[in-house]
Amino acid sequence: MVRFAGVGLRYAEPPGRPPGAGQAALQDLTFTLPSGSFHWLLGESGAGKSSLLRLMQLAQRPTSGVVEVLGADLSRTRRRALPALRRRIGVVWQDFRLLPHLSVRDNVALPLRIAGRPEAGLLADVAEMLRWAGLDARADSLPAALSGGEQQRAALARAVVMRPALLLADEPTGNLDAAQARRILALLQEMHRLGTTVVVATHADALVRAFPAPALRLQGGRLMSHG
Amino acid sequence: MSWLTPTLQDLLLEAFWETLAMVGVSAAIAVAIGLPIALLLHVTGRGGLSPLPWLHRPLGILVNAVRSTPFIILMVAIIPFTRLVAGTSIGTAAAIVPLALAATAFLARLFENALREVDGGVVEAARAMGASRMQIVWKVLVPEALPGLIAAVTVALVSLVGFSAMAGAVGGGGLGDLGIRFGYQRFMPEVMATVVLLLILFVQGLQSLGDWLVRRLSRR
Ligand SMILES: Nc1ncnc2c1ncn2[C@@H]1O[C@H](COP(=O)(O)OP(=O)(O)OP(=O)(O)O)[C@@H](O)[C@H]1O
Ligand SMILES: [Mg+2]
Repeated sequence: MVRFAGVGLRYAEPPGRPPGAGQAALQDLTFTLPSGSFHWLLGESGAGKSSLLRLMQLAQRPTSGVVEVLGADLSRTRRRALPALRRRIGVVWQDFRLLPHLSVRDNVALPLRIAGRPEAGLLADVAEMLRWAGLDARADSLPAALSGGEQQRAALARAVVMRPALLLADEPTGNLDAAQARRILALLQEMHRLGTTVVVATHADALVRAFPAPALRLQGGRLMSHG
Repeated sequence: MSWLTPTLQDLLLEAFWETLAMVGVSAAIAVAIGLPIALLLHVTGRGGLSPLPWLHRPLGILVNAVRSTPFIILMVAIIPFTRLVAGTSIGTAAAIVPLALAATAFLARLFENALREVDGGVVEAARAMGASRMQIVWKVLVPEALPGLIAAVTVALVSLVGFSAMAGAVGGGGLGDLGIRFGYQRFMPEVMATVVLLLILFVQGLQSLGDWLVRRLSRR
């Protein structure tokens, strides 16, 4: 499902700085995430969690090594083929990233519309996702009218409406209280039980203890432990 | 109101229509050309969807060049071009050419700023959903920036009213021209006052309409 071999990532230098001045964000990462697995992605701030997730969501190419996601080798995938692959990957962020001018319903419908799904029947799928996320009553609201927990559940509904094979979450509970965080985790775990491969980056040790699962642990851009 | 003869009333009305035509047509052209330019500038800029410095730089310089040329000079400098496009270098149609050119450059920058206000996180989210660059532009960037884009059009319209007064210099007509010809050159201060009052009302109307639209769109 996800295979990394000797992966390194170095961001472009800010203009005016000599090349090589920056530290590599990721170094020599080798691991495999089996299909249908659930993994925590742990590490201190700056350890490279978000960078690793950006590689997995095909938002960034590695500087070195092989990144293979959903059977596609990123280094051999043409740019034009990326959108179709990304449609099979769901992503959730700490800051929700809902479109502020769209209702919750239209936010959740957006991935389907981007994929060119006909309008007929599309709203039934959206309604089902909203029910799953406990948001049927908020479908017509704008994101700004929702609580943080509700916004994140809307973002999660949007991330899974395309039935992705891979679901990535970057500190999805970072802006939520403990109860809302557990609710988000329960939904992520439910997706995992339905067969989705899930990776969740987090700082929240209490949450990790409450939901024990294998972990990728990063430190200074290197993989410290896996499993 | 004895000075407001039927002839003068007709002249005022005609001048108002000329102003409306100059402002309306040049604004429409400026939106139609300025928006694509702004999108190109935004998308090809550093950190944009398709960074292309070889396109971004010259385009930015061109826009700046037009913007930094004083309108009265621009108007005279492009007379050959005006003649080519409008078939004549005097009259309302001829005045529209430099007005549209100046407004296009002005709007391109204002539009670019409005596009820059769109949250980069939302754009990244759209990309992660598998949106193509065209889809990101038309389904996310433009809709999210819409209130800012409308506000920019309002600012441009109001500036165009001012610029259109200068268009009298190429025989473009309009309210400003009437004010100068009658109010100043023929010593009829009442005409000047009427023209100014009409312009104030016109600009107020434009601004209120723009503000109302922006409020409506932001509340969606
Ligand atoms: N777009 C970028 N350009 C340049 N450097 C970056 C960029 N994004 C991250 N970095 C650098 O890469 C390293 C890893 O950052 P990353 O955001 O992946 O860490 P993280 O584990 O997600 O941290 P946090 O827990 O604070 O979110 C850091 O040194 C960071 O400064
Ligand atoms: Mg991070």
